[in-house]
Amino acid sequence: MSSASTTAHSVVEPSANSKRLAGFLVILYAVISMIPLAWIFATGWKTPPDSISYPPKVVFDPSLEGYCNLFTTRTRQTQDYIEAQGPPQGACDEVTRKREMVIAGPSNYVPRFINSLIIAFGSTFLAVALGVLSAYAFSRFKIPLADDLLFFILSTRMMPPIAVAIPIYLMYRELGLSDSALGMILLYTAVNVSLAVWLLKGFIDEIPREYEEAAMIDGYTRLHAFFKVVLPQAATGIAATAIFCLIFAWNEYAFAVLLTSGRAQTAPPFIPTIIGEGGMDWPAVGAGTTLFLIPIVVFTVLLRKHLLRGITFGAVRK
Amino acid sequence: MAEIRVEDLQKRFGEFVAVKRSSFTVADGEFVVLLGPSGCGKTTTLRMIAGLELPTSGRILLGGDDVTFHRAGERDIAFVFQLFALYPHMNVRQNIAFPLKCQGMSRSEVARRVAEAGRILRIEHILDKPVSGLSGGDRQRVALGRAIVREPKCFLMDEPLGALDSEFRHVMCGELRGLHDRLKATTVYVTHDQLEAMSMADKIAVMNKGVIEQYATPQEIYQRPVSMFVADFIGSPSMNFLRFQSALAPGDDVVSLGEARIGIPAIREAVPAAELALGVRPEHIRFDDGSSLRGEVYGTEYLGTTQIVTVDTAFGQVKARTGSDIRVADGSHVGLSFDAARLSLFRASDGGCIRSALYEGSTHG
Repeated sequence: MSSASTTAHSVVEPSANSKRLAGFLVILYAVISMIPLAWIFATGWKTPPDSISYPPKVVFDPSLEGYCNLFTTRTRQTQDYIEAQGPPQGACDEVTRKREMVIAGPSNYVPRFINSLIIAFGSTFLAVALGVLSAYAFSRFKIPLADDLLFFILSTRMMPPIAVAIPIYLMYRELGLSDSALGMILLYTAVNVSLAVWLLKGFIDEIPREYEEAAMIDGYTRLHAFFKVVLPQAATGIAATAIFCLIFAWNEYAFAVLLTSGRAQTAPPFIPTIIGEGGMDWPAVGAGTTLFLIPIVVFTVLLRKHLLRGITFGAVRK
Repeated sequence: MAEIRVEDLQKRFGEFVAVKRSSFTVADGEFVVLLGPSGCGKTTTLRMIAGLELPTSGRILLGGDDVTFHRAGERDIAFVFQLFALYPHMNVRQNIAFPLKCQGMSRSEVARRVAEAGRILRIEHILDKPVSGLSGGDRQRVALGRAIVREPKCFLMDEPLGALDSEFRHVMCGELRGLHDRLKATTVYVTHDQLEAMSMADKIAVMNKGVIEQYATPQEIYQRPVSMFVADFIGSPSMNFLRFQSALAPGDDVVSLGEARIGIPAIREAVPAAELALGVRPEHIRFDDGSSLRGEVYGTEYLGTTQIVTVDTAFGQVKARTGSDIRVADGSHVGLSFDAARLSLFRASDGGCIRSALYEGSTHG
């Protein structure tokens, strides 16, 4: 019998102590997951010596060197040559000259980043578009062997994708798809479409078919009803599915290393190669990784309203 | 508005026959209710009239045109769903305007029609609200609004009051019937609730296992049921059946249940000896100490002005509706007498009625 509390205990309301404990655990988890990100972010603003100093520097003078090195390639030159160039042009030039180097040209980071954007968003769009059409068909029509087909679609996710890397490599070489954006888009679409079909089927099952029937009675064709009535209501599911697909395609590393090199290389296999260019350039890696995180963050923030509703999988009645 | 003719309509789902060779005609401006237990084929019939389901065989004519295989959108009908099917991403006005937009009507005409529908249904004050916050009744009115702006050939309604709570259902019954009387719209209405059916319909089609057992006015169906199923399904408490063995000849107007001799409407057909069922509505039973049909009172349900007295007899349990001023103790022995002109007789084997004076002047029998 607690004498301190005067109000009756609710059976379903958590007590103040359990709320405090829950809050503590959430904060602890957030801190643990944020530390690596914070370290990457900080490393991007360090000088190369600071980034490898021991004990690690938590407080440091921020430097642009990481970002400069990320976007440029540099060559080592004699002091005489550098002096002959005249005054430095811009902050990056100045930073580079301190290291007895000059900027030779832009690095491959921007084209690689653009490749990533094209491939990830392209494959996400395709996977969601194909997924929503096939999920609609599975949800609304009597398809022979529908359950077996759905299982078959899911079964493509049951092995690690890299298990088929070699056959895909040979196939792509034969078809001329290796090291092409189209090839990567098709590959990521193929991996994601099974996830998209399953997720979206759940969402579309939740939409009563009366909506389409009402629209069809009012004069729409089924296709028209699908676009005007089903799609707007599946927006939540489409957003959630798109984020899952995008995260996979954006972060994918193994196939990107194997199948891309010159033209279609994406950012994930490119970033580690920075380390090798002229010593352990951790600030450039930190800068590259920080920028690499931005598109996913922006996309997720834009869709977060849908996402939060979406991952409850329609458990809450509209 | 138009007449609906359904001819020899049949629908199979694989081996299962949902609707068996149904034919009926809904006259222009009539309010017809398809009534039956769940799974009897009433919704399937309605969906075939709407074009949401294609019949296996048979024909459907709307205003004289054969529309059996026309697409739903080409039939010019309005359908009201049980779950209303209001588009959640649109507000009330957009929902009501949607069917008109589908037809590509001009904006000013759409605005005029929506305003008129809002006025008829008294929902002008909620036209700009989102549908998600509306009460069940308002949602129902919006769904009706979406149906009436079309000015279609007919209205088809699939248990439109099924999702409302019972007291509100009663109010909406009145509103629906009032709306029908104002618009004079041909309406087919599906329900499993006999009270809804009786209170609104011009005619009721009672369906059982894919077959329309009786298609007539509510009074006709209540007073002259053509089968034991109809007799049992309509009325609360339902009709009592006293089972006995007998043979009947045309002109007979008395049957013997054990010792008791009970007057019935004159029989019009010869019936060989078989098990028969005497159908008696609860309100056609009186307590009569002089009667030789006797039973023991099993229990009493008090309902205010009336009460339901359950009596065990040698021919089965009988429920009688009497004035609540009559006091009968449980376990007491009572005599029962029936209102002879109102009794029906059925063959227990197939549930069909035996023709008698009761059915004369009716459309069936």
